[in-house]
Amino acid sequence: MDLDSLLNSIFNFENYGELVALVQNSLWAGAVLGLLGGLIGTFVMKRDLAFAVHGISELSFAGAAFALLIGADIVLGSLVGSVLAALLLGLLGVRARDKNSIIGVIMPFGLGLGILFLSLYEGRAANKFGLLTGQIVSVGTVQLQVLAIAAVVVMIALVAIWRPLTFASVDPDVASARGVPVRALAIGFMLLLGVSVALSIQIVGALLVLALLITPAAAAMRVTSSPRLVVMLSVAFAMTATVGGILLALGGRIPISPYVTTLSFLIYVVCRVVGGIRAKRGINGRVLRSAAVPAA
Amino acid sequence: MQNSRKAKLTPVVSLRGASLAFGKRTLWEGLDLDINPGEFFAVLGPNGSGKTTFLKVLLGLQELSSGTAVLAGRPVERGSRGIGYVPQQKSFDPDTPLRARDLVGLGVDGHRWGLRLGTAKVNRRIDELLDLVGAADYARVPVGQLSGGEQQRLRVAQALATDPKVLLCDEPLLSLDLQHQQAVSALINKQCHDQDSAVVFVTHEINPIMDYVDRVLYLAGGRFRVGPPEEVMTTEVLSDLYGSHVEVINANGRLIVVGLPDATTHHHEDAHAVAGEMG
Repeated sequence: MDLDSLLNSIFNFENYGELVALVQNSLWAGAVLGLLGGLIGTFVMKRDLAFAVHGISELSFAGAAFALLIGADIVLGSLVGSVLAALLLGLLGVRARDKNSIIGVIMPFGLGLGILFLSLYEGRAANKFGLLTGQIVSVGTVQLQVLAIAAVVVMIALVAIWRPLTFASVDPDVASARGVPVRALAIGFMLLLGVSVALSIQIVGALLVLALLITPAAAAMRVTSSPRLVVMLSVAFAMTATVGGILLALGGRIPISPYVTTLSFLIYVVCRVVGGIRAKRGINGRVLRSAAVPAA
Repeated sequence: MQNSRKAKLTPVVSLRGASLAFGKRTLWEGLDLDINPGEFFAVLGPNGSGKTTFLKVLLGLQELSSGTAVLAGRPVERGSRGIGYVPQQKSFDPDTPLRARDLVGLGVDGHRWGLRLGTAKVNRRIDELLDLVGAADYARVPVGQLSGGEQQRLRVAQALATDPKVLLCDEPLLSLDLQHQQAVSALINKQCHDQDSAVVFVTHEINPIMDYVDRVLYLAGGRFRVGPPEEVMTTEVLSDLYGSHVEVINANGRLIVVGLPDATTHHHEDAHAVAGEMG
């Protein structure tokens, strides 16, 4: 394959207008997932759960693969897998060290199970691959509706517990002293995270979930410490990555996920650079009254 | 000095026959205690003597094995607005998306469900609290980039958000340098006087708060003693509590305790450190 045809398979914008109309559902799905991922990602970062997201997605993949094998609904399968994994982590992993070792144990087990189920499956190979790397192009109207409803339910729940969850995430000791149900919130959040992972897997696949649930929030946190701005930027970044990725992918003949992950990664790199420059200049919001008077 | 006035007030904290035991190990038992508004009350003792557990009882996070605990006229309960809690200083991750004012904001309405709606009102309250502790200059600085002393000022502001009747402080001076220890304890004492709040101050080191303390609860070896510091912090009383000879030396207003059996966990464990301080 020469460079021209390689580029052609990555970027090709002939008949672009018609193509956009065809993938309208996918665009909406991408937007919904971007919104959800951007919101929930800020808490994933605050609670230091990046590794957990990975563990949950592997079990979600195993669940989906099992559903594929026995001919059940794949969405349901991945939902069961990820919610089980999330609750397990929520119940067992109270301390960070425990959590990481439990995830380390669960993750390869889940992936192994998934591979087992896939090798037993004798259907279309594309179905198998899609679970790992995503299949956003083929979003049907019904699928979109299910996705949107589930996402809205998760987001409403997240908004309902927003303040105490923030308190419990960044300042657990004081939150608990103030009567915030820290433990119940931890389990509740894992449940929401499990559902979010299962939804994202339908679109971006098990291996790329992190690009949606972690990278945008991590990027936002590099450039601001304002809680509100972090949320807004995180959502904006995630939606840019998903919707932008789908639009870029239209012309080419490779899957959407590489576009989404690359966009997401580039946004992160830019944010890191901006954050690094600001840190170097010592811009952190402190009011300097006079150089002669040291701050108390 | 203020005792005549205090005598008329109803106590904010009241313990009756309070005991706490884990299995066969008794931390303390038969504790009767009244803490009055405006009183600066220190809880001292070696590690493992039940100081922090004492705070947890008042916070409603730990049940007594027997006896009763009443706070502001009601049995202790989780999340009581009558309590402000100042924790130990801890390091925040530099990336934590939280500025100084947001940390204080958590004290104002962080326990409520949903999103913050009345932003203007909450912001005014946060500004008030920041001014009160002299933290306005770094209101917008990420908490991960603040010094330990600055963080503890914010902790005081956060704890004062509900206008508490009792300020519970759990080793708030730990890991601060001397200058910040003085600034933060003066701040806590100011609240005690200005707002007539009771302060319950858990510490293993009485010296930074020596000037402010009205009474001391000293816990050691499953027993305790309550009283003004000059009555409790003596060679006789501490030797009796520890069951072995302990020497209390007063060096220019600083109390130095020598010969603690629980040597490995106490601040003044070895003779060199003591000699250094005295010299």
